[in-house]
Amino acid sequence: MDIIQILISENFWAASLRIATPLIFGVLGALLCEKAGVLNLGIEGIFAAGAMAGWMAVWLGAGLWGGLLVAGLVGGFFGLIHAILTVPLGLSQHVSGLGITMLATSVSYFTYRTALPKVSSPPRIEPFQPLDIPVLSDLPFIGPVLFQQTAMTWLALFMVALVWWVLNRTPLGLAIRAVGDNPDAVDAQGLSVYGLRMGAIVAGSALMALGGAFLTMSAFDAFFFGMVNGRGWICIALVIFASWRPGKALLGALLFGAFDAFQVRLQTQVGAFLPSQVFLMAPYVLSIFALVIVARRAEYPRALLTPWFKGQR
Amino acid sequence: MLRIEPREAPSRWWTLGVPVISALLALLLAAIPLAAAGANIVEAYKQMFNGIFGSVFAFTEMLTRATPLIFTGLAATMAFRAKLWNIGAEGQLYLGAMAAVTVGTGLIDAPSFILIPIILLAGAAGGAAGMAGPAYLKVRFGADEVVTTLLLNFIILIFLQMMLEGPLQDPMGMGWPQSEPIVDNGILPQLVPRMRLHSGLIIALVAAAIAHVMLSKSVWGFKLRAVGENAAAAFHAGIGVRRTLMSAAIVSGALAGLAGVSEVAGLRGYLTTDLSPGFGYTGIVVAMLAGLSPIGVVISAVFIASIFVGADTMSRAIGVSSYLSDLVVALSLICVLIGGFIAKYRIIRTNKGDV
Repeated sequence: MDIIQILISENFWAASLRIATPLIFGVLGALLCEKAGVLNLGIEGIFAAGAMAGWMAVWLGAGLWGGLLVAGLVGGFFGLIHAILTVPLGLSQHVSGLGITMLATSVSYFTYRTALPKVSSPPRIEPFQPLDIPVLSDLPFIGPVLFQQTAMTWLALFMVALVWWVLNRTPLGLAIRAVGDNPDAVDAQGLSVYGLRMGAIVAGSALMALGGAFLTMSAFDAFFFGMVNGRGWICIALVIFASWRPGKALLGALLFGAFDAFQVRLQTQVGAFLPSQVFLMAPYVLSIFALVIVARRAEYPRALLTPWFKGQR
Repeated sequence: MLRIEPREAPSRWWTLGVPVISALLALLLAAIPLAAAGANIVEAYKQMFNGIFGSVFAFTEMLTRATPLIFTGLAATMAFRAKLWNIGAEGQLYLGAMAAVTVGTGLIDAPSFILIPIILLAGAAGGAAGMAGPAYLKVRFGADEVVTTLLLNFIILIFLQMMLEGPLQDPMGMGWPQSEPIVDNGILPQLVPRMRLHSGLIIALVAAAIAHVMLSKSVWGFKLRAVGENAAAAFHAGIGVRRTLMSAAIVSGALAGLAGVSEVAGLRGYLTTDLSPGFGYTGIVVAMLAGLSPIGVVISAVFIASIFVGADTMSRAIGVSSYLSDLVVALSLICVLIGGFIAKYRIIRTNKGDV
């Protein structure tokens, strides 16, 4: 009855895809780093940095696509710091990542507060608008779900295909996967382990920042403190859930988005009986639950978390 | 060609000097955001210094701020030594605080010397439970504790809101989401008259001393370090790796829980959702700056607390965003990481082909 009504409403499916979009960017970014053998816990802060930088660029007059470019560059910059610390220096990936999260978050907040010291309500930008494609957007059901999303959702879906294609169909992808499994073999081939790993981290971090930019440039039209709210950490869980496959990462993000959209709608139906916090908690509990189920079967990239130094076996 | 190789024996000057130099470097680097914000740099550092050493009040405020950081720094130290990545001290702190207000707001009527230990034990148990869960999921199912503890922080904070709007809410609180106040007999005594500094600091120092002895002098500490350095070798040497990890988790969680008790029973008196401005996460920086040494944690907690209190004073005085303190703390972590690398390795020049 009520639940079925939720599940067949186009509004629910459109919301699922919308909620999944930043996670798709984030999971792909985290996946790319980990495929190359480096855990990137900087994700939560890079989300915040992407959200702030993209928004601020647009607010200062760069176009929306210019804003995305700025967000990607800022994400890549923080990724580069993480890359230097963890690849040539071989420092703890856990601690470096958390350090990047703290640094990127505080730099973003500090910059926002310094640029806008006395605003009570955050200034707004004109965000990405829902697409209006002739015929397609007017189709029943499919129209609102797929073709009235913003361009960023389509960019996310395109990135899934791109990352899949690069990882599985190109020599570069083969090298990235190898450097996360057996860096000695890559070195023996005469390829640069450092270069491949650092490149993957920078590219992955740029993707994460786009996920953050979606929040301020498509989902909302302003920047708020604490708006990332654990989305980055959820992506880290989703990568394991997706066993490091881009296709499964998309599926995981969509499942998560569907669950989140469902709990919000369920809340309006049965909210009288349960405190609202039960529903707020649900997505995080679900992530832990999913992690526990797949943990034993997870096939981690074999060299994940293991630093590699040239000339040392 | 450049090559990286470990120093044979890192000298004591390197191991002691690096954290100090890193911390000072981070403070110097703060000049960049200060300049970007258009502040007078000399005036800014002067205000910062005054905010820490300018008065008895300032100094005791700094120590008040250091108290929870000693606890969370110790929590990170004990877990990280076993390579157990407890990133959930923030959540465990709130579990400890919730346990403290559960037993300390009138449930038990007892004199101070009985009630205070009960509150401390309850808080430690609450925090320990918060880390025992993820550690169990790790040893039983192989679930990565980094992700589970991070996500638990969010779950616990939402749970706290639920409790503060439900069973733990103060009926006299005009509907605000806050707990009843801790009864007078449960309040940790003040250390300096008319100042906020409380005996939570003494408990924190005792905890650091105990942690130091347990880590470096006891069999348990030896096992813990062995598991952290090489779990496979420890297993073959007959050390119960899972048991050791579980016990490290419980000790670590308990310490984080005590941070919550100390804040709620020593400083605030009642529990709200803004009890901790990220003490759990900052504890990780404290522990790293201390080189994962319990005694070092006390010193680095004092340093980080100085940054917070000094930067707060400064930002109020010259109108720079108070997020500056978070920025300096993050920079300290990055600097100490690089410094630790320089202390442990050296980069040497090799001739081509001579690898």
